[in-house]
Amino acid sequence: MASDSTAASQTTRPTRRLPLQWVGIAPFAAFALLFLILPTMKIVIGAFQTPDGSFTLENIQGLFTPSILAAYWISIKISLSSALLGCLIGFGMATAVVLGGLPPWIRGPLLTFSGVASNFAGVPLAFAFLATLGPMGLVTVFLRTQIGIDLRSLGFNLLSFWGLTLTYLFFQIPLMVLIITPAIDGLKREWKEAASILGATNLQYWRMVAFPILLPSILGTLALLFANAFGAVATAIALTGSSLNIVPILLFAQSRGDVLGNPHLGYALAFGMIVVTGVANAIYIWLRARSERWLK
Amino acid sequence: MKKFWAWGALAFGLLYFVLPLIGMTNFSLKMRRGEYSFDAYAKVLGDPQFQQTFTYSVTMALVTILFGVILVVPTAYWVRLRLPGLRPYIEFVTLLPLVIPAIVIVFGYIRLYNTSSWLPLTGSLMGTNLLLMFGYATLSLPYMYRAVDTGLSSIDVRTLTEAAQSLGAGWTRILFRIILPNVLIAVLSGAFLTFAIVIGEFTMAALLNRPAFGPYMQLLGANRAYEPAALAVIAFGITWGCLGLIQLVSRFQKTTQRPA
Amino acid sequence: MTFLTLTNIQKSFGPVKVVHDFNMAINKGEFVSFLGPSGCGKTTILRMVAGFETPTGGTIMINGRDQSSLKPNQRNIGMVFQAYALFPNMNVFDNVAFGLKIHGMPKADIEKRVKEMLALINLDHLAERYPYQLSGGQQQRVALARALAPKPQVLLLDEPLSALDAKIRVSLREEIRQIQRQLGITTIFVTHDQEEALSISDRVVVMNAGRADQIGTPFEIYNKPSTRFVASFVGTLNLIEAKVVDPQNSTVAIGDLTIGIKEKIDAPAGTTVQLAMRPEAGSIMDGAKGDTTLRGEVVSSHFLGSVIRTRINVAGNIVSFDMFNDPSIAPPSLGDTVALKIDSADLLILQA
Repeated sequence: MASDSTAASQTTRPTRRLPLQWVGIAPFAAFALLFLILPTMKIVIGAFQTPDGSFTLENIQGLFTPSILAAYWISIKISLSSALLGCLIGFGMATAVVLGGLPPWIRGPLLTFSGVASNFAGVPLAFAFLATLGPMGLVTVFLRTQIGIDLRSLGFNLLSFWGLTLTYLFFQIPLMVLIITPAIDGLKREWKEAASILGATNLQYWRMVAFPILLPSILGTLALLFANAFGAVATAIALTGSSLNIVPILLFAQSRGDVLGNPHLGYALAFGMIVVTGVANAIYIWLRARSERWLK
Repeated sequence: MKKFWAWGALAFGLLYFVLPLIGMTNFSLKMRRGEYSFDAYAKVLGDPQFQQTFTYSVTMALVTILFGVILVVPTAYWVRLRLPGLRPYIEFVTLLPLVIPAIVIVFGYIRLYNTSSWLPLTGSLMGTNLLLMFGYATLSLPYMYRAVDTGLSSIDVRTLTEAAQSLGAGWTRILFRIILPNVLIAVLSGAFLTFAIVIGEFTMAALLNRPAFGPYMQLLGANRAYEPAALAVIAFGITWGCLGLIQLVSRFQKTTQRPA
Repeated sequence: MTFLTLTNIQKSFGPVKVVHDFNMAINKGEFVSFLGPSGCGKTTILRMVAGFETPTGGTIMINGRDQSSLKPNQRNIGMVFQAYALFPNMNVFDNVAFGLKIHGMPKADIEKRVKEMLALINLDHLAERYPYQLSGGQQQRVALARALAPKPQVLLLDEPLSALDAKIRVSLREEIRQIQRQLGITTIFVTHDQEEALSISDRVVVMNAGRADQIGTPFEIYNKPSTRFVASFVGTLNLIEAKVVDPQNSTVAIGDLTIGIKEKIDAPAGTTVQLAMRPEAGSIMDGAKGDTTLRGEVVSSHFLGSVIRTRINVAGNIVSFDMFNDPSIAPPSLGDTVALKIDSADLLILQA
């Protein structure tokens, strides 16, 4: 039949059609090149260039000034704190829903809400927190007038390190819940039963079996949360108005105009960010691959 | 005992997540002294700048979605059909926007496509709009590709294509009449997520100086008290709406999907 | 000597009763199979013995001790699961050592015992491997070693071979039986595969919709099925429609042929009854023994190697007939008329 021969000819002459295969991927390749790879390359190369184009390490060295190092350090601290807390709390909530014996209808809405909350970042999120925990916020006023606790005098300020961390948690916790829930689902019921019939208590099961199995996923997601917080800029700007000295805000200002006195320092800043988030994501991918290999 | 801790954890979580939402809604209704009213909303919705920037962002979102679908669906299809060995590499590329922060990407755009480069996109208004659209497409690429690829994995792409070809269909027909309808649900999911991302996006629009909704919100936040809260409620409502639509649309799956 | 007793066991999940009044006494060192289709309650009973489910009624006694107050981790029972359930984060050695570690055995003793168990299953060279590096059959053997290492008083196996290839299934079930004999451990083996159950058990429990239809040795179950379900589930069975002629003299009519059967008939004359006959009963050879002859036309004939399976139309009933291959005799062909000589004792009347 004619159709048989066309199908056969398509599979028996792959070498002849090779150029054609690659044409199909051309639009995507062009897009990725122009709008993802080239800009990144420009930054990486630019970080090692002087304004006249020659190779230099000065830009990277320029990163090691106290104010910039402080910016990196604060960025890392905020990212780490929101990632650690997000990881812990998110893990607690995910375990509560999957293993806590709660009614099954809770799971769907919780995961949907997590999807919404993990995308509700940036400017509106800052507003929501300002309206709740800011100087005129709902909770602030409530605590002051009804319970007599003045948050200000207790040292809490939304426009500070801990304030930003608290705000970041709004999308960090749901992200943790979304990513770790499948991993907790993956804990087979038979493992618990096998451990139990061999004499293990609940605690022993968690310590010797469940937690070690989940650890790569947990650590990997921690790295992901870290990278996520490190790159966030909109929330920070909306909350602190470019006053907080974190790297994304610094880069933002540098993009607007050369505030650092050296145009190529911006490249170095961006390069530094790529390195940090790149390493964090590489850790995430490596740990995920490891845990997937175990669990086949 | 286990249930007690579980309910406790849930209640604690609920408190943390619901309070800010209540806070912002409450604040948004307090514009008129002493009583609850929708004054802040009225002000915002009547503001010509709101209408302008919101329209701009919605238009950009729709254009980005269109571009995304035209780029991603044929690519994902082609890779599955003819270049399966390339899949891991393509997947890696589509995950890069999650690794490289938006601010770094747009910084790269400004340095690369400024007026003295080989592709001076930032030199003209239309060029900058185009650049922003490409930026949005890059940001939403991971989600769009993942959604479409998952959708394609639940239909037998190779067999459908061969069946269509044996009946005489050409590539465009195959794509439009056979592949697209079968992954429509997945495409819609990706589309709604893209919409949510573009509407709320701040960094790229601000640095490329385009009148989008994100920078407008930030500007208002720096200058006004009650209107930002109203905006936040609107933005949250849109995000919730988009994700709700994704859930709704997923329920109309005609083919069974393997759980992730 | 009775070691494990199940008395009046009932189990309901909400309004649905899955196990009705189950009673059985298992002797020490006995290998008992629970056989039945999915949903018949066999796994539920096993899980109740293990302690993962609580009986709604009845008691379970092991070695004279009532198990109802004991949690699964207190019962000293070994269990092998269908999905192997090896801990993926531990290698073979650590998996097998797990139960011993929990019991606080000193390290040196653990090492000795684990090596012993690995030698028993012939996998000592794989001690350092991880589960994902092992085949299904190897994983299940490790699971067996892990279950037996702490010297449990009872061994439970929940469809352990269902996930494996046919060839491995046969060799592994032999190995399980051999190890069980060697250790003399009381064992319950759950399966839906009747060949498995018949080939390695001391006794078989055939379960149907939450009830034990029959408990007996494989020989008894196969040759003297007490219910129609047992007869049809265990082995192949021919069903022949017959009309009762004379209940007093136990005669029935199959088509034009009136024959006598060796069983009592409870139904009045004229009623239609079902007769059951095993395919290996009778012979079509000349000079075969038997007091009854069924005549019919060959509808199909399959040469399966050592066995020839012929289907004969006897008065409208298709009767399957198996005979061993004999190189000197040609198999029957389509359309041949054959005379199947059987003993009337081979015909069972199905009451249930």
